Amino acid sequence: MKVVVCVKQIPDPADPGALDPESNTLKRDAKLILDESDSYGVEMALQLVDTAGEGSVHLVSMAPNNEVGGLRTALAMGAESATLVSDEALKGTDALGTAKVLAAAIQRSEPDLVLAATESSDGYTGTVPEMVAELLSLPSVTFAKSIAIDGGNAKVQRQTEAGYDDVECPLPALVSVTAGVVEPRYPSFKGIMAAKSKPVDEVTVGDLGIDAGSVGWAGGGQEIVSVVDAPAREAGEVIEDEGDAHERIVSFLEELKVL
Amino acid sequence: MGLDKIWVFGEANGDAVATITLEMLAKAREIADTVEVFMAGDGDDYAEELGDHGAETVHATGDLDGVMQGVAVASAVAAAIEGGVDAPNAFMLGTTQDGRDVAARLSVKLDAPVITNVVDLEVDGDDVLGNEPVFGGTVDVKTKNTSGKPGIFLVRPKSFAAESSGGAEADVEDLDVPDLGAAGAARVTDTFAEESDGPKLDEAAIVVSGGRGLGEKDAYALIEDLAKAVGGAAGASRAIVDAGWVPYSYQVGQTGKVVKPTVYIAAGISGATQHLVGMKGSKNIIAINKDPEAPIFAVADLGIVGDVHKVLPKLIEALNS
Repeated sequence: MKVVVCVKQIPDPADPGALDPESNTLKRDAKLILDESDSYGVEMALQLVDTAGEGSVHLVSMAPNNEVGGLRTALAMGAESATLVSDEALKGTDALGTAKVLAAAIQRSEPDLVLAATESSDGYTGTVPEMVAELLSLPSVTFAKSIAIDGGNAKVQRQTEAGYDDVECPLPALVSVTAGVVEPRYPSFKGIMAAKSKPVDEVTVGDLGIDAGSVGWAGGGQEIVSVVDAPAREAGEVIEDEGDAHERIVSFLEELKVL
Repeated sequence: MGLDKIWVFGEANGDAVATITLEMLAKAREIADTVEVFMAGDGDDYAEELGDHGAETVHATGDLDGVMQGVAVASAVAAAIEGGVDAPNAFMLGTTQDGRDVAARLSVKLDAPVITNVVDLEVDGDDVLGNEPVFGGTVDVKTKNTSGKPGIFLVRPKSFAAESSGGAEADVEDLDVPDLGAAGAARVTDTFAEESDGPKLDEAAIVVSGGRGLGEKDAYALIEDLAKAVGGAAGASRAIVDAGWVPYSYQVGQTGKVVKPTVYIAAGISGATQHLVGMKGSKNIIAINKDPEAPIFAVADLGIVGDVHKVLPKLIEALNS
């Protein structure tokens, strides 16, 4: 079974940076790391291949530069190889442009299953996986909280507002997974060493047959017209618990007349 | 006024129209002359309620027989537009599982961008702008659709107040689903609800949420006990949902539910951006956390620097006595 996992390399969420004042897009000049949300998809792929007893896990990612730090993390977890679409023209690409690039890159490996996170931690549009499915004419199940492969079918529990749905989907298919769907493994030392020599195929948008003008900020069909600081919420009273803080909470609730 | 026409994606909970749909209708009729709904399922079941909230027409696919809404509804809308139905200036969809699926598939079909995480829309001449908060709500960004196609806007829940317009029952029109091919092959085979007892998380006047600071799964009982004592609903940070302590339906945040209760009590929650986005709109916020530097204190009206394992049992006892 061939599984492709879409992964994103993002600025460290502990230090998310700022918007570039010229383009109003998120600055990505600091070191990029593997989006934690994607580690669940990588782990799920590894487990499904393991259960199937055969197959491989391939990564697909894109970046405006040739950053591979995050990809190496996923390779160290056990993925076999990666394709990085690396092109200056990708700077500022929106969700639809991203999906077009990823779909073209995924198509080359003819996978049985495409996995992705439901949303990235930095852009969180939550639309790219379903767009990729539409571009590849694949059936899709988003927000998966569990996946089992049964012959040529994926059996998925899909989160809903109220609980979950059981969904059955013939392969090839795309499934987006929620955080927590599996416990991502930590790369072993051996894995980290092995990852250094695993193949990362760097391609440009041109290599994928995509017109550079259709991606990037210009290709997006949307324009940021203003960026302003939101009115800050005023911080209130902060007290240290000396064993009686619960009394202050009770009186606070009483003042609000909610009890 | 503003736009000629907006189409709002309709969602339902059983017999009732989903709150997010009614919220969007309130905004849509403020900025457009004509408001119509497109949805999966039987339009007749919802025509009265949708009409009462300003929808003139409901375009409904009928029963989808388990086919995923994303592919079915998006394909039906694209086919209708291709078939000559008068396209709207903008689509509004809720930031829900199905709303995102429909928006994403529609975006590809129409080659139009999706503007996401929108909390407000405004009309500027012929243009529609979406307002979206970024960096945990510290910065507001306005994005204009410049694609020359109808804008597709994914709207966050609780952005607008649902309000009856007193409108007449909406007309129901068929939204035919074309042959979906392989893309339509996924089927829902069963549906499960895992709602807890008591008031619903996104409707409760008081919400009590727990996070990693609880230390272990069993300590979540403190959150449930406190919620019960104040007649509120129990929620959770993403960290403990990911850890498997409570189901996803408890999650408050960017992913998960947006809540705006009268009082929000965050216990053992540090206040990651992901969480703040889902609860910052609460009228009053009480935070209990060991770490005085926790970002949650920056938004709290009352902050208690202390151990949840000590404060919560005493609080529950005081409230119950």
